[in-house]
Amino acid sequence: MDLVVAERITKDYVNGKVSIRALDDVSFRVGSGAFVSFVGPSGSGKTTLLNLIGCLDRPTSGRLRVAGTDVAGLDRLKGAIFRGRHLGFIFQDFNLIPVLTVAENVEYPLIMVRGVEAGRRRDKVARLVEAVGMAAERDKFPDQLSGGQKQRVAIARALVTEPDLVLADEPTANLDSHTAGLIIHLMKSMKDTLGTTFIFSTHDMRIVDEADVVHTLRDGALVESSAPGAGVGGESHA
Amino acid sequence: MLKLVQIALRNLFRYKRRTFLTMSLITIGVAFVLVFVSVTASFKGMMIGEITDSMLGHVQIHRRGYVASLDNLPLNLNLAPPAIRNVEEALGAIPEVEAYSPRLKFGGVFSNFVESTNIRLNAVDPAKEWATVPLLPSRIIEGDGAIEPGEILVPELLAKGMKVKVGDIAVVVATNEDGSVNGYQFTIGGVLRSVTGPGGRDGYIHIEDGRKILRLQEPAVSEVAIRLHRIGKLDGVVARLEGALGPQRNAQGQPVFEVHGWTKLTPFSNIVRMIDVMTFFIQLMLIAVVLISIMNVMLMAVYERTREIGTMAAIGTRPGRIVSLFLVEGLGLGVLGAASGAALGSLAIAVLNILRVRFSFGRQEGLVLNSGVDPSDILTIGLIVVAVTILASLRPARRASRLDPIKALRQV
Repeated sequence: MDLVVAERITKDYVNGKVSIRALDDVSFRVGSGAFVSFVGPSGSGKTTLLNLIGCLDRPTSGRLRVAGTDVAGLDRLKGAIFRGRHLGFIFQDFNLIPVLTVAENVEYPLIMVRGVEAGRRRDKVARLVEAVGMAAERDKFPDQLSGGQKQRVAIARALVTEPDLVLADEPTANLDSHTAGLIIHLMKSMKDTLGTTFIFSTHDMRIVDEADVVHTLRDGALVESSAPGAGVGGESHA
Repeated sequence: MLKLVQIALRNLFRYKRRTFLTMSLITIGVAFVLVFVSVTASFKGMMIGEITDSMLGHVQIHRRGYVASLDNLPLNLNLAPPAIRNVEEALGAIPEVEAYSPRLKFGGVFSNFVESTNIRLNAVDPAKEWATVPLLPSRIIEGDGAIEPGEILVPELLAKGMKVKVGDIAVVVATNEDGSVNGYQFTIGGVLRSVTGPGGRDGYIHIEDGRKILRLQEPAVSEVAIRLHRIGKLDGVVARLEGALGPQRNAQGQPVFEVHGWTKLTPFSNIVRMIDVMTFFIQLMLIAVVLISIMNVMLMAVYERTREIGTMAAIGTRPGRIVSLFLVEGLGLGVLGAASGAALGSLAIAVLNILRVRFSFGRQEGLVLNSGVDPSDILTIGLIVVAVTILASLRPARRASRLDPIKALRQV
C-alpha cells in the first residue's frame, strides 16, 4: 500500500502581485517502508514538497494523501494531531530543545505530543537512545554535543513515537561528509530495523546512492525518478 | 504537567539576567505594596482605635433624630426605660457585642466661682464606660483615673482656661427638660487629655449625678455606645441591631431607634476611605508593573524562541500545549516574584517595627507605628500578581501558538 500519494501537486507562493510557482504538477507515490530521496539544487522545491507532505503547508492544487488521509484539508489543530500520530521530523539544523537533555529531547514527543505514561516512556527512550549510540550522552544538553551527535538525537526523537513516515530535510547539510555518511547509514539501519518509511531531501550526491528511490526536482518539476538501491516498496511515478 | 513546569522553569533560568531583573521588579513592587498596605492598615487601625476606643465606641444607638440634633444635645430625645430595656435585650442576643455603655449627654455651664464657660458632659457608669471605650482611662492625665459620684473629669483645655486642678470645687448648671435650671457642685476628679474627633473635648460625670442635675424621674439615657469583639463585624452587627430594633415604632408609626456604626458618626471615616482609595491605586500600579514587565519578557521569549516553537509545532505539539508552556513560564516568573516580594516586604515591616517609627495624629503625638503582616494581604497581593501574570502571558502565549511552523523554522 502506498503511504504517500501525490497527484499533480502545485504550490504557488504569492508575494504582493507576484506569484512564484515552487512546485509544478508533481506526482509520485511512496510505498510503505521505502527510503526515498528528493534531490535537486537549491530552490528546486525539495523543502516545499517535504513541508506539504508534513502537513506544514497546503498545496495550491492537486491531491496529496499521507497515511490514507487527505492532508490538504487539515486545519492547524488537525494538522498538529496528524503530525504527532503519523510523522517524525529531522531538521537540517537539528532543532533540539536546548533546555532539555538528550534523553528528555527524545522523550519530548511522547509527553507533549502523545501523552505516553512514564513506564513505557522510559523503556522507549532508553531503547532509542541506545540504538542511535547516544546512551553515554543521555544526560548531556544539546550545547554539549557535536553536530553528528545532535542529529543522532534528532533521529531518535523522530522515531520514538513509531511514526509511519519520517521526513528529513537536508539532514546532512550541516555535517562533514564522514558524519553525513554515518547519519545516512543510521537512518537506513533504523528503517531496516523498525520498518519506518523515510523521505529525505538532499543535494549531497554522495549520500543519494543509499536511497531506494531517488526523485530529482528542478525548478519545481519532478524531472527524473530512479531506483539506485532498488529498495522495498520504493515505487514511484513521475 | 510536571514536565511542562520543568521545561518552563528551565526556560526561565536560561536567560538568568533577564529573569532576575524582571523578578526583581515584581519583587520590589510586591514588597512595596505589602509594606504600604501594612503601614496604612496599621495607621488606619490606630486612627480608628483612637476614635472608637477613647470616645465613640464601635456602634451607637439613639432615639431616632438624635444624631441630627447632636450639636444641641437635646434632652427631649433621650431613651426612656422601656426603650433602654429593648436595646439591652437586642444587645444580649448578639454574641459579637463585647460591652456597652448607656450615656446621658447634656450641655451646661461650668463655673469656678470666678468665671464660667460652656461644657458638654457625658454622664456614665464608669465600669461600663471603661469596658466600652478602654482608651478613655489612658486620657486621664491628672487624677486617680476614676469617676466617683460628686466628681467631674474636665477636658484639658477647659482646666487650663478656667485654671482649675484636681481637688478644686466647681459648679455645673444645666437646663432641665422642662426648662428649669439646676446647679450641682462637683470636685475636680481628673483632667482629660483632649483628642481629635467628636466628643474629644467632653467632660465626664457619674450617671447618677447626671440624673440628679437633670432632675430625671426615671433613668433615661441619650445614647448607648457599643464595643464589639471584632470591629470587622461592624456591618453585620449594625444590620442585626437594625433588624431587631427597626420594627419598633412610636405612636406616629415612626421607628423609635437609629443605629449608627462609627463610620457614620465621624468625618474621619472619610480619611479611612481615602487611605483605601490610595491603597487601591497603589495596587493598580503594581498590576501595571507586573503586566508590563511580564508581557515584555514573554514577548521577548516568543521572539527569541520562534525557531524552537516552530520545531515544537512541527513535531505535533498542539497549539494549546504551546499556550500552556508559555503561561506556566509567565506564571512561574510571577509566583517567584510574588513569593520573594512577600518575604522582602515582611522583612521590611519587621525592620520598621524594630525601628519603632513614631507619628502624630491630631493632638496625639508620639504614637508608635506597629505594623503587622496580615496573611490575607499577602494572599490578596499574591492572587493579584498571579492573575495579572496569566493575563500578561496570554497574548505572547497565543502568539506563540499561532506561529506558522514553516516561517518559525526559517527564523535564524
